[in-house]
Amino acid sequence: MEVDQPNEQSDASKWSGRWNHIKKVLERPSPFAHPDFEASSEILEFMQENCKLLVIGAGGLGCELLKDLTLNGFRHIHVIDMDIIDLSNLNRQFLFRQSDINKPKANVAAEFINKRVKGAQVVPHFCKIQDYDSAFYKQFHIVVCGLDSIIARRWINGMLISLLEYDDDGNLDQSSIIPLVDGGTEGFKGNARVILPGMTACIDCTLDLYPPQVTFPMCTVAHTPRQPEHCIEYVRMFGWEKEKPFGDIPIDGDNPEHITWICHAACKRADEYGIQGVTYRLTQGVIKRIIPAVASTNAVIAAACSTEIFKLATSCALPLNNYMVFNDVDGVYTYTFEAEKNDTCIACSQKPRNLTFAPKTLLRELIDHLCEDSTLQMKRPGITTTINGKNHTLYMKSIPSIEEATRPNLSKSLADLGLTDGQELIVADVTTPNAIVFRLKITESETKS
Amino acid sequence: MIKLFSLKQQKKDETSTGGKRKATAAQLRLTKDMNDLQLPKTCITKFPDPDDLLNFKLIISPDEGYYRGGRFSFSFKVGLNYPHEAPKVKCETMVYHPNIDLEGNVCLNILREDWKPVLTINAVIYGIQYLFLEPNPEDPLNKEAAEVLSTNKRQFEQNVNRSMRGGYVGNVYFEKCLIK
Repeated sequence: MEVDQPNEQSDASKWSGRWNHIKKVLERPSPFAHPDFEASSEILEFMQENCKLLVIGAGGLGCELLKDLTLNGFRHIHVIDMDIIDLSNLNRQFLFRQSDINKPKANVAAEFINKRVKGAQVVPHFCKIQDYDSAFYKQFHIVVCGLDSIIARRWINGMLISLLEYDDDGNLDQSSIIPLVDGGTEGFKGNARVILPGMTACIDCTLDLYPPQVTFPMCTVAHTPRQPEHCIEYVRMFGWEKEKPFGDIPIDGDNPEHITWICHAACKRADEYGIQGVTYRLTQGVIKRIIPAVASTNAVIAAACSTEIFKLATSCALPLNNYMVFNDVDGVYTYTFEAEKNDTCIACSQKPRNLTFAPKTLLRELIDHLCEDSTLQMKRPGITTTINGKNHTLYMKSIPSIEEATRPNLSKSLADLGLTDGQELIVADVTTPNAIVFRLKITESETKS
Repeated sequence: MIKLFSLKQQKKDETSTGGKRKATAAQLRLTKDMNDLQLPKTCITKFPDPDDLLNFKLIISPDEGYYRGGRFSFSFKVGLNYPHEAPKVKCETMVYHPNIDLEGNVCLNILREDWKPVLTINAVIYGIQYLFLEPNPEDPLNKEAAEVLSTNKRQFEQNVNRSMRGGYVGNVYFEKCLIK
């Protein structure tokens, strides 16, 4: 595709009038602006020079987001995606070409944008979001998600919540908030939402909004199939294990041989029950749990997300409060509502409480404290923690085999257990409806909090 | 609504602080589920790795019903999307049961279509224990066993006993799983 390139100048990114459309919004007052908004030329400068964004996902939404954000004037953008480019992506993921197939999405997307949008400095990360820790995520002003995975959304949500800082009175330090803008699409439907971790409803607060994974009752699949999907599901659940057509390996939804085999087996079963409609495409759809992607929906949702990022970064208007749904199955419909914070949300309902101990304190003494402290009065606390990404059970009384295995920990010191300052402890007890997160403060002075 | 950033605010450099990985929501929830486990005396859990709460075994030794005296082992795999998704449960003991097939698949509504995030590991364990007290021929996975149960309860009882002692039911061989 031929595209217009601006004339090369000494500084190619500064041709005159390039940002006029943005300046109209940022350099003039407006009745719609945030009450604290002060029109100024410094805002654009902040967007271009200082503001650092993270785009998670370089797929259908990610391509749109990178294009929208850089054309809006943002320059410092990191993009992270663990996937490589597939032929079926090319109809909508417009930063990719046929010659890019099998290359990492993040790298190709970043390279394309940096070449096409003068001044853009997109940094790719070809990996999982879980490969980075808080030190990485801390550097961003705003995070935007274009994901198809609930697990990944929950993970980044939890990460941003863990970055919140509170003062000694339990007040949230607002400078520690990294807003999360989340976009999602499914066919002709989509949603965009703004999450201010610690302040507004988070991903886990509204987890019940996600439809449950389509599952068929196992006995229907096994004995009374009525739909072609039941036959495919049957082969997935029972046939594969039994016949091991390619040896003892799990089903790979991207392997055409696997899909073909499942499709044939499912057809056979469908014939037995007089069911019609098992096709290769349907088989692939059921096995990979494919939801059709529509380019225009991605464009709408990415545009909504980019606008929110622009508003958050510049304060030129109040951000979305806080959940917008979009549906153009039949006409165009949008609706915005305020998703409410869930008081019992496992991810965000509680501020980590500080516990201060000396490094020589024994785990037994820490547990005694949890039981004896007048504000806690726990009965039978079980404690786990995560050290270097690995879960550890420090002590749990309720399960005999674990109790026995972790009993020696009771007489070890916090230092010997590898617990350092800032370590989070997850404590569950019958006295609270959810596990409580404590943040360990380890100091030499013997004061207890 | 707050104004989030002052214009000149620079985010801290990524090398300035050591990163701490944060426990996942699944880990939070599982810590709670495990600490709250209250099992009937017929059930015990075994954790091969006490640090790994996501993978464990459940051993049920029913003390009443058709399966009295048997010992049945189940593997539990809890995914990172717990409690949005149900744990995956397989029966590792070959059992003659209308709702458990010979590959160990378990037909229990709360493990599939009726799973809800408010349910707990405890609820699943009770559900599985209930299958041994009240096998349900209406919802079969092992169709032959279900047919026998609904047409001839005595025969079903004999078949169960034969399978638990170790022997053939029809042309399927069952390993002994009786304790004592």
